Amino acid sequence: MTPDASQREAYGQTLVELGKENRDIVVLDADLRPSTMTSFFAKEFPERTFDCGIAEQNMVSIAAGLAASGKIPFASTFAVFAPGRCFDQIRMSIAQPHLNVKLVTTHSGLTVGEDGTSHQSLEDLALACSLPGFTVIAPADAIEATQAVRTAAATNGPFYIRLCRPKLPVLHDENYRFELGKAEVMRQGTQATIMAIGTRVVAALEAAENLGRDGIDCRVLNMSTLKPIDEAAIIKAANDTGAIVTAEEHMEHGGLGSIVARVLARNRPVPLEFVAIKDTYAESGSPADLLKKYGLTAGDIERAVRSVISRKKAG
Amino acid sequence: MARRIRRHIISMTGRAGSGHPGGSLSAVEIVSTLYFRVLKHDPQHPDWPERDRFVLSKGHSAPLLYAVLAECGYFPIDELASLRQINSRLQGHADRTCTAGVEMSSGALGQGLSFSIGIALAGRLDEQPYRVYTLLGDGECDEGQVWEAAMAAAHFKLDNLVAIVDRNGQQIGGWTCDVMELEPFTDKWQAFGWHTIEVDGHDFTQLIDAFEKVKTIKGQPTAIIAHTVKGKGVSFMENNPDFHGKAPDAEQVELALKELAD
Repeated sequence: MTPDASQREAYGQTLVELGKENRDIVVLDADLRPSTMTSFFAKEFPERTFDCGIAEQNMVSIAAGLAASGKIPFASTFAVFAPGRCFDQIRMSIAQPHLNVKLVTTHSGLTVGEDGTSHQSLEDLALACSLPGFTVIAPADAIEATQAVRTAAATNGPFYIRLCRPKLPVLHDENYRFELGKAEVMRQGTQATIMAIGTRVVAALEAAENLGRDGIDCRVLNMSTLKPIDEAAIIKAANDTGAIVTAEEHMEHGGLGSIVARVLARNRPVPLEFVAIKDTYAESGSPADLLKKYGLTAGDIERAVRSVISRKKAG
Repeated sequence: MARRIRRHIISMTGRAGSGHPGGSLSAVEIVSTLYFRVLKHDPQHPDWPERDRFVLSKGHSAPLLYAVLAECGYFPIDELASLRQINSRLQGHADRTCTAGVEMSSGALGQGLSFSIGIALAGRLDEQPYRVYTLLGDGECDEGQVWEAAMAAAHFKLDNLVAIVDRNGQQIGGWTCDVMELEPFTDKWQAFGWHTIEVDGHDFTQLIDAFEKVKTIKGQPTAIIAHTVKGKGVSFMENNPDFHGKAPDAEQVELALKELAD
């Protein structure tokens, strides 16, 4: 079995490769290089690395100026600090002029763990998705993180890529090719569909496995591109399975669940359940304890699937 | 030319019925000096990679920038009449997606100096000879991001970056010293690692000299503190914060244009 792998490390290594391939790649950070692992790039290309200190607003506007001058800036910090801390700067310096800035953030969601509420980004996907023209991706493992970062470098326009702190099980092999805007079918199924993003994809697969033992046949989709969302895959899942559960390490408002609900409401309303943070802040704790207390485990997904299937039958 | 620009500003904002004449009028000599004497630029090729950049950080002075760009030939002067109208290329605040010659979408104050750092860093990486000139308002310097950028520009030793502060002493709420004290203002820029030059921002000779001097400063950015009068050139607008964000009415337009006649 492949050992767990770090999305951050994959990001750092991919930046170095990209830096060798393209001299227009530049990297910005806000005094978190050892954590975001842009330190690899900084070591290889110090002249193309700009540490802006603990000043995220300044960092993203500088990134915009670099992009306006033909550079391909990757700007990184923790997900809780961007877009949150510098939303207006992202809005006016990057999104409105549709500049080619890649915001890649790490330590997202609850699984940052013991650092607690101040460091747990549970609103960042909603903020990023609200920006016209932004592409928003939360990869499910290190291999997909590499692919997403490469795709962002090769695709003009602003990107928000959300990475996590802990190492994750590797769900893809080296031949995997991430397709922007396409949901990935991780498992076929007929009775319900679990749509998951980021760290919750592995939990969704575990839930589907457990449910399968009870004779409940679930499809699992990796919704790594949150914007633009793969509407066709959502509508197909609704048509094929008639019941959907979303799972994300994010507030229920404005994240994957909200976006899936919008697509279903417009096209094919079916029973839907949300595995997400329920309009609250969390606390310090180990990632495992937090996921359990705030209802984001494979077990929580299983319960949601049973509930949504019973609603489908009742309907 | 300064009078022509001022007449454009009055006519444009008067016709639009809204806009920011005060802070546009105060910076007429600064922006005119840059476009007509200092900047290497080509109105026929607004994207020329080697052009000097002018970044309007105080985006509410867009009427001034539009008037100067039109006089340079970036777009027809007739188009100035479309300011703030639906489907116009001349947005209420400067917008790089709409208007040829506009480098940055501004209007959310405090972002322009950071954006300019990005342009200056790119120029240095690419060994481009261009310089970046950024116009800030003094009230704008209430924004913390301005000082983040001030710190970073000095840290990165950006001697291809020049900040000009339109020190007209007023913001929407009145005198800057009453809303939020900025003094000792020049000392602040120096403390952040900048070379500073103070000028009368309505004196072309002083402005031209300052922009010449800037080219000799190595290893640090320069801030030109340009002392100006808000609403300059129109008696009833001078030092009157009411005209920060309010357009003149028809009668006031007539009076102002009379005062600004050649």
